[in-house]
Amino acid sequence: MTDFVDIWTYLSREPLLWLTATLAAYAVGDALYKASGRRPWVNPVLIAVILLALTLFASRTPYESYFEGAKFVHFMLGPATICLAVPLYTNLKSVRKSLVPMTVALIAGSTTAILSALGIGWAMGVSPDVLLSLAPKSVTAPVAMGISESIGGSPTLTAVLVILTGITGAIIATPLLNLLRIRDWRARGFATGIASHGIGTARAFQVNEEAGAFAGTGMGLNALATAILAPIIVKLLF
Amino acid sequence: MIHALTLILAMQLIGEVVARTTGLIIPGPVLGMALFLLLMVLVPKVAELVRSTATGLLQHLSLLFVPAGVGVVGHINALGTDLIPLVIAIVASTAAAIAVGALAFTLTARLTGQNDD
Repeated sequence: MTDFVDIWTYLSREPLLWLTATLAAYAVGDALYKASGRRPWVNPVLIAVILLALTLFASRTPYESYFEGAKFVHFMLGPATICLAVPLYTNLKSVRKSLVPMTVALIAGSTTAILSALGIGWAMGVSPDVLLSLAPKSVTAPVAMGISESIGGSPTLTAVLVILTGITGAIIATPLLNLLRIRDWRARGFATGIASHGIGTARAFQVNEEAGAFAGTGMGLNALATAILAPIIVKLLF
Repeated sequence: MIHALTLILAMQLIGEVVARTTGLIIPGPVLGMALFLLLMVLVPKVAELVRSTATGLLQHLSLLFVPAGVGVVGHINALGTDLIPLVIAIVASTAAAIAVGALAFTLTARLTGQNDD
């Protein structure tokens, strides 16, 4: 028994265990996703998050200890964002030819994301200070937290709502867009990037490279659009 | 691959420095992405240098959100009685934004003749 305690003490101090666990949980999620015939609701991120949360709960590991290992994965978000420029460059011709539809879709999608979140949340009885944290939910986390703070919301709460929005978008985008009979990969990707930022973009890349390139562009442009629109809308409504 | 990674990290570094010194709301990596795109337009050779590394990283973009997702689970309880209304608002609003964005795109593309070919 002492052996086990010794090993556990060693492992819980080193980042190796939780880094390995993060990759393993994702590998399980990805395998289930593929085994399901790539069904969108078998989302590898959601599966990995649930598996890891249960493991942390069962082993009474605080999130801080987990993050010591997981931070290496988390860090790669920055370089991955830089890499989005590569598919964007590859599809630059297609992007240049789509400037008008992109502008219209950006304004329509961004405004809908903010107004519908505020409207539905208000109708459901969500308190005004929580509504302010919900307003920038479709934007990539670092920008959303900044917007939330500037309009009087809570950045931490916003970060939680942003992740929930991303997973939602990744799950519903494909069936919803099929239902609407939208086959244009540009429109599918761009709208998904606007509504559900990086997690939606990751999903778009799994489906189609052109959709992924447009999703990354939609994500970047909506960060800018929401930073301008959210304070105006909040000022008019509150 | 070392050259590609160095270049990618350098673009992020430049993006972070510019974002911090100018006090823009846009995060460093997004600014770095825009600069990187500009660099590839000016020097097309760069795209070939980084392509395989970038494609490899983007194939597993979903994985990179897992640590943040695990962090969210610990905060779910803090939402209290707001949890169900917030989840409903998020699902309905995300669906509305995807539908409106995609429909606005396809309708405008048809009207302006900027169709997919």
